[in-house]
Amino acid sequence: MAFVRTLPVAALAVGAIACGGAQPSGTAASAAAGGAVVIRLTGSDTMVNLDQAWAENYRTVEPDVSVQIAGGGSGVGIAGLIDGILDIAASSRKMEPEEIERATKTAGAAPTEFVVGLDALAVYVHESNPLKSISIEELAEVYGEGGQTVKWSQLGAKSPACAADDIIRVSRQNNSGTYAYFREAVLGRTRELRLGSVDQSGSKDVVALVSRTPCAIGYSGMAYADKGVRALPISKKKGEPGVQPALDTAVNGTYPISRPLYFYSRGTPAPPVQAFIDWTLSDAGQKILQDIGYVPAPRPAQ
Amino acid sequence: MRQRFSTRLGLLAEPIIEWTIRLCGWSAIFFVFAIFFFVFREGAPFLFGKLDLTEFFTSVNWRPDSRIRPQYGVLALIAGTMSVTLLAAVLSVPAGLGAAVFVSEFCPRRVRESLKIVIELLAAIPSVVWGFIGYMVLNPLVIWATGAPIGINILNGGVILALMSVPIIMSVGEDALRAVPDTYREAAIALGASRWQLVYKVLLPAAKNGLLAAALLGIGRSVGETMAVLMATGHAVQIPSSLLDPVRTLTATIASELGEAVEGGDHYQALFVIGTLLMLMSLVVNVTADLVVKGIRGKQNV
Repeated sequence: MAFVRTLPVAALAVGAIACGGAQPSGTAASAAAGGAVVIRLTGSDTMVNLDQAWAENYRTVEPDVSVQIAGGGSGVGIAGLIDGILDIAASSRKMEPEEIERATKTAGAAPTEFVVGLDALAVYVHESNPLKSISIEELAEVYGEGGQTVKWSQLGAKSPACAADDIIRVSRQNNSGTYAYFREAVLGRTRELRLGSVDQSGSKDVVALVSRTPCAIGYSGMAYADKGVRALPISKKKGEPGVQPALDTAVNGTYPISRPLYFYSRGTPAPPVQAFIDWTLSDAGQKILQDIGYVPAPRPAQ
Repeated sequence: MRQRFSTRLGLLAEPIIEWTIRLCGWSAIFFVFAIFFFVFREGAPFLFGKLDLTEFFTSVNWRPDSRIRPQYGVLALIAGTMSVTLLAAVLSVPAGLGAAVFVSEFCPRRVRESLKIVIELLAAIPSVVWGFIGYMVLNPLVIWATGAPIGINILNGGVILALMSVPIIMSVGEDALRAVPDTYREAAIALGASRWQLVYKVLLPAAKNGLLAAALLGIGRSVGETMAVLMATGHAVQIPSSLLDPVRTLTATIASELGEAVEGGDHYQALFVIGTLLMLMSLVVNVTADLVVKGIRGKQNV
């Protein structure tokens, strides 16, 4: 029996990583679990690693409940919630009022929002890049519409590894939650990102591309730091000392680009779903989240 | 008794088989129209409603997810598709037709068989694998060879697409050359033609239609290819100014964005309008090819 339950989770997880966000697969395997309770959880590509670790560990806590994970993006999760094929949507952005309205219509009750952790977006450059730190203002000139910074020498970071000196902006496809959050954190709500960036369809892909491209700069979750790239310290204003992306700086709010990660349940969560969410918010669940590199959710005052 | 039974069966079987085959033929036409209808229907409300056609065809701003003002300009995407396809055609048509001539006319029989197997194997490689090769192998190679700031660009995508379409052009082209009756060859050799004269003056004109079809099939593959170009061209919305600029194609845009677009929303419908545009483009290519072939035939008959 244990086999039957573990297989679909593993298969879905592998699928989610391999496709990096092409298709929602929320309805795939509910029949495979036999009589056991199945919780279907799909959404944010940023959160796939985390969801998976939670699902794996939750099996040891509650062997009769199987949590099926798929990625695809916050939009995929929310769309699945609206279509009624999911129990939980993982999202790295808040649901829009219009989406909440549509989800309420299909489920009969408004989706319940849970903040399950924080994610700090790191700005990555190639390891050979000499840049010490970067400010939000400078980032806006690099990424923003009408921005004037197109060469590394303008930031005082010309390196022999990047002979062409052009800044290659690596970004995300324009409906990912990470894209929307980065745009808001760097440019506010009134300015667009400049077109012509190299858009990747997964958090991991951004880091992988930057690690292979000496001229590149890119943004992705703090947890995705890897060999070949360096996360830049970031300051709010030019001239201020940069703050390294880390657990403590994200929790105390000194690191300027960090955001909440959400679970949205379908209507009021059913008891097994509620139990799972409670567990992710418990010390054990938050420890797992911290091990992967995310920042624990702020606790409500007790 | 037995004979009578089998005769009756034969009488029945004949029309059944005939109708099955007829149905197969008609179903192809039916499916093409059904697909076109459904793709068109999904995008139609937007196409005839909010979409500004002037902006659609003349603007480079593809910002379907803007919170300020969504813009749906596909000029840069069309330029991306055109540039990659053109480069792929320039590389693959001479190479593919040359390979066809070699395999069909110059190659010793034993080498021919093994060569055909290897080239047909090349045609069986899935496009994701080609994309992966572009991303992992060609990317650093292009940076190293050209000094470009990033290695996933038109050059990379064009080379990958050319490699994908050469096997098709070669095998269809080879069939066309084989279909030229041997009497033509014998007559040419009897008149004292060299091998090159035989190919240039007799075989190429005789197999013109088939060779044109081979080239167009190869180009058709390039236009419609999705996964490989998504990974190998860099996926950047911009009008390219050199072969080393990353671009984004129409197909890759649909592939990367449809998963997260809210069903029935403007963005979703805009992607289906792009789908309709792609179908119209291939229709134009096919009809042009048909007319060209007919034109050639007409001349030959005179």
